[in-house]
Amino acid sequence: MPPPPIRKISLDAPPTVVHVPPVPLDGNGNGHAGPAGGVHTPGPPPSEAPVLERMRCDAVTIAYGPKVAVNRVDLPIAQGEVLAMIGPSGCGKTTLLRSLNRLTELTATASRGGRILLDGQDIDALEVTTLRKRVSMVFQQPNPFPMSVFDNVAYGLREGGSKRPRKKELMEPVERALTRAGLWHEVKENLDHPALRLSGGQQQRLCIARSLAAQPEVLLMDEPCSALDPISTAKIEELILELREQIAVVIVTHNLQQAQRVADKVAFMYLGELVEYAPGEQLFNAPQAQRTRDYVGGAFG
Amino acid sequence: MSALSSRRRGAPRRPPERAELWLGALAATLLLLIAGMLAFVFKEAWPSFSHNGLAWFGSGGNTGQQLAAIYESPANPDEYVYHLRAWPLLYGTLLSTGLAVLIGLPFALLCSLFMVEFAPPGLKRIMTPVVRFLAAVPSVVYGLIGILVLAPWIDRHLVSASFKLDVNAIVPVSGGGLLLASIILMVMIVPIMIAIISDALRAVPRSWVEGSAALGVNRWRTMWKVSVRTARPAIAAAVVLATARALGEAIMLAMVSGSFIWAPNPLDGLNFFLEPIMPLAATIVGQQEGFSAVPLGQTLYAIAAVLLVSSAILSFAGWAVRQPLRKYAAR
Amino acid sequence: MSALATPPRDPRAPLPGPRRTKARDSASSWPLRDRIGLALCWGAGITLTLVAGSVLLYMCFKGITQLRPAMLWTHPSSDVDQSQTGGFLDPIQGTLMLTTIGIAIAVPIGVSVALWLVEYGRPAPLARAVESAVDIIAGSPSVVLALFGLSFFSESFLSWMSFHAEDAAFGRSFMIAGTVMSLIALPLVVGATREALLQVPNHVREASLALGKTKASTIRAVLLPAVRPGIATGTALGMGRIIGDTAIVILLLGNTLTIQPRDGAAPVVGLLQGTGSTLTSYIYGNSPTGEGNAPEKAYAAAFVLLLIVVALNALATRIARGRGKDTAWIR
Repeated sequence: MPPPPIRKISLDAPPTVVHVPPVPLDGNGNGHAGPAGGVHTPGPPPSEAPVLERMRCDAVTIAYGPKVAVNRVDLPIAQGEVLAMIGPSGCGKTTLLRSLNRLTELTATASRGGRILLDGQDIDALEVTTLRKRVSMVFQQPNPFPMSVFDNVAYGLREGGSKRPRKKELMEPVERALTRAGLWHEVKENLDHPALRLSGGQQQRLCIARSLAAQPEVLLMDEPCSALDPISTAKIEELILELREQIAVVIVTHNLQQAQRVADKVAFMYLGELVEYAPGEQLFNAPQAQRTRDYVGGAFG
Repeated sequence: MSALSSRRRGAPRRPPERAELWLGALAATLLLLIAGMLAFVFKEAWPSFSHNGLAWFGSGGNTGQQLAAIYESPANPDEYVYHLRAWPLLYGTLLSTGLAVLIGLPFALLCSLFMVEFAPPGLKRIMTPVVRFLAAVPSVVYGLIGILVLAPWIDRHLVSASFKLDVNAIVPVSGGGLLLASIILMVMIVPIMIAIISDALRAVPRSWVEGSAALGVNRWRTMWKVSVRTARPAIAAAVVLATARALGEAIMLAMVSGSFIWAPNPLDGLNFFLEPIMPLAATIVGQQEGFSAVPLGQTLYAIAAVLLVSSAILSFAGWAVRQPLRKYAAR
Repeated sequence: MSALATPPRDPRAPLPGPRRTKARDSASSWPLRDRIGLALCWGAGITLTLVAGSVLLYMCFKGITQLRPAMLWTHPSSDVDQSQTGGFLDPIQGTLMLTTIGIAIAVPIGVSVALWLVEYGRPAPLARAVESAVDIIAGSPSVVLALFGLSFFSESFLSWMSFHAEDAAFGRSFMIAGTVMSLIALPLVVGATREALLQVPNHVREASLALGKTKASTIRAVLLPAVRPGIATGTALGMGRIIGDTAIVILLLGNTLTIQPRDGAAPVVGLLQGTGSTLTSYIYGNSPTGEGNAPEKAYAAAFVLLLIVVALNALATRIARGRGKDTAWIR
């Protein structure tokens, strides 16, 4: 066994300075309202809910074998606001996202350094199934199971615990989850139809409903709209804005307009490093780092 | 053979291509051949069925003596003897196949799960060759081990002297029998099932497994509820194939099933499993030397026809079972 | 560790060092039912490995103690004294010949049929019929096919395939046994190739067609290379079944102890029209069930048979692996 690769690499290449603006945070959970930005830009409407820090990345480094994908990222994730992670392909956004509920562990070669905290508790200390129930994930490609619509949404509830609930008991949570995902009216007649017969946008919302059914505290979304048409995308963005009131939402996106539309905070990653983390309008209008300026500038022409 | 070597063409739509015609003709020839074979077998089998009617499948008399009488038929075609009550043969087939498949399926499913998901990496690497090896061992080798090693062991340790003495006049009990036949049959069909099921389990889209994991569902439930569910058509196929193999296994069964035409009696308690059986396919091997005697040859064809029909029914059952499952499939 | 540490944000909680995180969830937190399932899984996997291990070790032990190298190049002969019955050179040659004939017929036909079924498959009723015909062959016991062959190849228009007199054919020869053997290998080749073809995503075909390639060149340049591991798997399975089959040999190869070419024919043709035996029929003949009853010889031959089978399997696995890397995207 070679030594864990991360150590070697971090010795070889000391991390470059990362511009992380001070983040106003209150450890007790008595958060305060969103950023006080003076500039007016098209952004998401301000959230009503108080902002609460739920998760925190502490010098997180992730490597696949010898290849470092994420390098010493510090990042807070709060409820009541949407965090968007942007950056070019292969910059480690998705890897970082997947590490938040330890899905990176499904890749045999992946290793991680640093700490990730959920409500102040190290997620490595949590049972991984518990963690994933609390921190759920929606994938880039809609991946409904080859079962009925109902069974898909009920899946997490049925298989998550040790006792299998009856179908009757599941009816209510399933309806709630589908309603929250904005899909109830479209599928309520066809709950026993195969989920794979739904359209792509419906499938993705079904996947969101499936995640919501287990009542997660954090919802991770990995480019949830990249495979969808504009109308489905709009529906899901609307949904994200509604969801942020109750749960922390992290979304990885390639689409800067989408980040602008839904995100309260934006994290720009480049080559595995967190370059800049700031409120949305600040990052897009007055980026601090040169690399952010270049990347965002490309989008704004 | 590289993809680059083939020239780009304007792709004029000229249906059907020559390749299609060739391949189609080949397939059709194969179809004709197989259909001809079926017709031939049933034609040859007809006299035995028509003389006995449905009683062919019933019981009555000593089946071994009936076969001997058929073999010793007079040479004159008008005086051919066809009288046969084949129940003990059918019963022996049902028992050995049924036991082997019923015990073998859950075992194979568990082995597949182990091999695909739960085994530590080292064991995982061993399991594939293990399954390959077990599937590759020829049935005659299993038969050899059965008759030279296991049958004497069963005879010494499981067959009680009193039982042997009790039945000696009617049926020889010598270790070979239902138990041994079923066990070896199981060892033979389990690798087939594992190969099919584990292939299907590996082919389950990763996104489904990840999706389930992301919901906080543990690995066991994920495998059971997503992967095994998705693999159900393959499981049905595995059962059908394994059953077909078990039905048709002749040589190994001819070696270890006791070489005596007998229907084990469930009232004998555990001794039931020690009594000899004579499955259909093994009967053909046992009697093949008399094949040139026309009525016996036709009787053997009748047995072959029963085997063919059963396997056809099996394939149909497998197909029918897979139909409702297709509804949820992605493809 | 210290070299790595960044100034921790919270001085009371120093950063843990980097490590490979645990790859899996731990079973200790699972509900009891799931843990029982996991235990059963382990039990099944270990049992299977042990069974395979004991079969292998026992056969190796027997083989090493019973096999004399001279047996490999001595012709067999019949004698009351076991020490005078020679070796099994002819059965080894017989096995190799029969396998070659069977595979040479089965693989091209099987791959073509699979290609036609998956890539063309029209008219649909014909495709369904061919599919079920292959299913029926797969489900047919080899002893039934052998029985069919016995009558069919005795027909006078096929007499060129075996020993024949003026009006009747013997119906037993290498060519005949090999042809029937190809039938038992065929479904395995078709099945494996078909599975592999079905796993090639449609967008791959579409991409090739979109480049203006014809369907035939898509098959040749894209699909065939992609499914080569599947074909190899099917071929290996088919070889294993041919080498391991005993019933067809006993019924259709004449079961002569040594290879008997047909008199007065050209060398190769005479060999093909001649009779002989294989390792399997040799083992069967020398088991207590057969006529020879020389267990030592049977064990020695079984050991050689196993070596051949295992070597072939290893070879096929290597071929599949070498090509498989290029097509890892199929999964």
